[in-house]
Amino acid sequence: MFLKKAALASVLALTAGGAFAECEISARVNIVGNEFPAIQTIGAGAKECTGAEVEANLTADHQKINLAGMTGNPAEYTSAIVANSSIVALMNDDVIRPLDDLVAEYGQGLKKNQLITIDGKVMAVAFMANAQHLVYRADVLEQVGVEPPKTYEDMLAAAKMIREQGIMEHPIGGAFAGGWNLAQEFTNMYIGMGGEFFKPGTAEVSINNDAGIASLEMMKALSEYMNPDFLTHDSNATNAEFRAGNVALMNMWGSRAATMTEAEGVSDEVKAGFAIAGPMTVGGGEVPATTLWWDGWTVAKNISDEEAASTFIALTHAIRPEILNEETSLQAVWLIDGYEPTAAATGVFEAATANAVPYPMLPFQGLLHTALGAELTDFMQGKEDAASALADVEAAYVAAAKEKGFLQ
Amino acid sequence: MKHRTFFWFILPTALAMLLFIALPIVSVVTQSLFTPHEQVFKTVESCTPFKCTEATVIDTEATEALREESPLGRFAGLSIYLDRGHLATAEVAEAWRSSDGLKDFFNKLGNLPFYRAMSFTLTYTFVVTPLLIILGFAIAVAVNSLHRHLKGLVIFFSLLPMIVSPLIGSLVLFWMIDSRGVLGTALQWLFADPNLSLKASTGLTWVMLIVYGVWHSAPFAFVVFYAGLQTLPQDTLESSMIDGATRWQQTRYVVIPHLMPLVTFVALIQLMDNFRVFEPIVGFNASAHATSLSWFIFNDLGGETRLLSSASASSVLTILGVAILLSPVLIRTWRDFNEKG
Repeated sequence: MFLKKAALASVLALTAGGAFAECEISARVNIVGNEFPAIQTIGAGAKECTGAEVEANLTADHQKINLAGMTGNPAEYTSAIVANSSIVALMNDDVIRPLDDLVAEYGQGLKKNQLITIDGKVMAVAFMANAQHLVYRADVLEQVGVEPPKTYEDMLAAAKMIREQGIMEHPIGGAFAGGWNLAQEFTNMYIGMGGEFFKPGTAEVSINNDAGIASLEMMKALSEYMNPDFLTHDSNATNAEFRAGNVALMNMWGSRAATMTEAEGVSDEVKAGFAIAGPMTVGGGEVPATTLWWDGWTVAKNISDEEAASTFIALTHAIRPEILNEETSLQAVWLIDGYEPTAAATGVFEAATANAVPYPMLPFQGLLHTALGAELTDFMQGKEDAASALADVEAAYVAAAKEKGFLQ
Repeated sequence: MKHRTFFWFILPTALAMLLFIALPIVSVVTQSLFTPHEQVFKTVESCTPFKCTEATVIDTEATEALREESPLGRFAGLSIYLDRGHLATAEVAEAWRSSDGLKDFFNKLGNLPFYRAMSFTLTYTFVVTPLLIILGFAIAVAVNSLHRHLKGLVIFFSLLPMIVSPLIGSLVLFWMIDSRGVLGTALQWLFADPNLSLKASTGLTWVMLIVYGVWHSAPFAFVVFYAGLQTLPQDTLESSMIDGATRWQQTRYVVIPHLMPLVTFVALIQLMDNFRVFEPIVGFNASAHATSLSWFIFNDLGGETRLLSSASASSVLTILGVAILLSPVLIRTWRDFNEKG
């Protein structure tokens, strides 16, 4: 069996031609990360390295295991693939190492903007960017005679026309599922309204203000045009609604844009009408109501220097410019040298050029996110007014932050 | 049995119970009494692919020093139990002072996570448990009177809901009752209301979860009762027939008394299980309408920043809750045992 696999691997390697750069490592590599096509490309790239074992555990539950798997000494995982929100938990517990010396030694091919630098130390190497932005049905908007909306207010107006003309009953889609998704939509909207989550320099939350209330009112107004089950719809479910032709306008993740209509049973009408635009603004604000995200890899602290070097080499190999081809270019908005944006990447690029804000990398942002996800559902169901929902969020956050030692 | 023999006989079990039941409970209780250290912050410059900004991070060196001093963290006493995420004593007192009338008070109570979760969990437990016992008993009696060639097949199908893993079972049902799913559409047609959605209303979500709970657990009651029916004393049954008892009277005065100890058993197990209701809430994505203590633990440990102390406190509260729920049944069993002894 092993011989068979080895033979197969070498045949594959040979047929792939000389495109494979050399990658020799001397110690084990074990990667934990999320599971979507771009990250699978990275995992497969690292596994091309020879000389020692390379393992990759790519799963949607990566956040539940990465911290535990890196806390031990020696750590089980030598690297975790993270995003701007999830690196915080690893830094809070001090389980990832600064990469400056490794970058100097092995990272000549990396661009400056790929290096995530905190307090002057490189803590992660980013390889792709992501953001939520507008996706819409060009054919439906044409039918009602409106331009793709630039603001959420325009979106509401367009939705009203679509409903009134009897084209769709629930023209707006959105990942409003209680929990992480709902909190993310509030975060987008609140940033768009120009709100600040915390009093500067402290862990004291301050969202119960005009911007917070306006954000919630806008979310409520949007939900009036959504499928009544919206509080159970995550991005998978909204994606399915769009594919089924039930939705004409929604705020969607850039990483899903390329495969948005790629599924069995999607009608030609939906495929032909599918279009992408940049993120929308709200309430007359300048900053788009969205957040920028990066995905990148880290190297564990509690491993030997040899393992750290091997991990760095293997992952640098996995994000070298040669990995870009027709298939992989579509998988993400890569931050790798030589990447040419595809049509699917328009939305994320427009988000970046419109000065969208990165998702906050604060040690306590995750606690606020959890509190938002649990406490905003009452308001969305009309059981509570906006101000008391926000007061509940603040109270839930304060209890959690006190426990964690962020607040006295 | 000699004390010596008894000691060696019970030793392996006692050790296993100590290791796998007592120690974890001690650990959970300890963790719920301590919280992490105060975090020391510092402001630094952080650069992402997009731009450089000032950012607050945790001073890991300073925090590490604190952690080495006392590895368990800060002693918090019962403060985690009393905070807003759990018993919320301060908030309850405030609600009591500021509310005009009981209705207002209960509304305010329903806004606190623990009491909201309790109202669902207790409703679920006390509706599902009796229903599943009645349904399980009815199935058992029905199957028992079938022709023996049919029995095997019917038993297999009756057990299916229990064989399907809870998360999968609830996901299947979740998609069927979606407003575009087969059951959801059927209900909309039946009630002639195109906007009817089971998932959008709290009341209907509860009904859905309860129906699911009964569907999932009835086979357990059925299996137990069916086994019990096989030991039914035929003499008593026959003599009741000679005395002219109807089918209903036979069931009421012979079958049910014979199965009573099993009813206690099923009730015990199911009260415990239903109090820890969890999978359907996740499977049905129902956390906006219904939560439970188990779901709290999941939520505390699933976020980007984990709340270990809070999750431990919820675990201890679950143990206490189960103990309170089971106490009447346990006391009764103990009394029966003593009377017999």
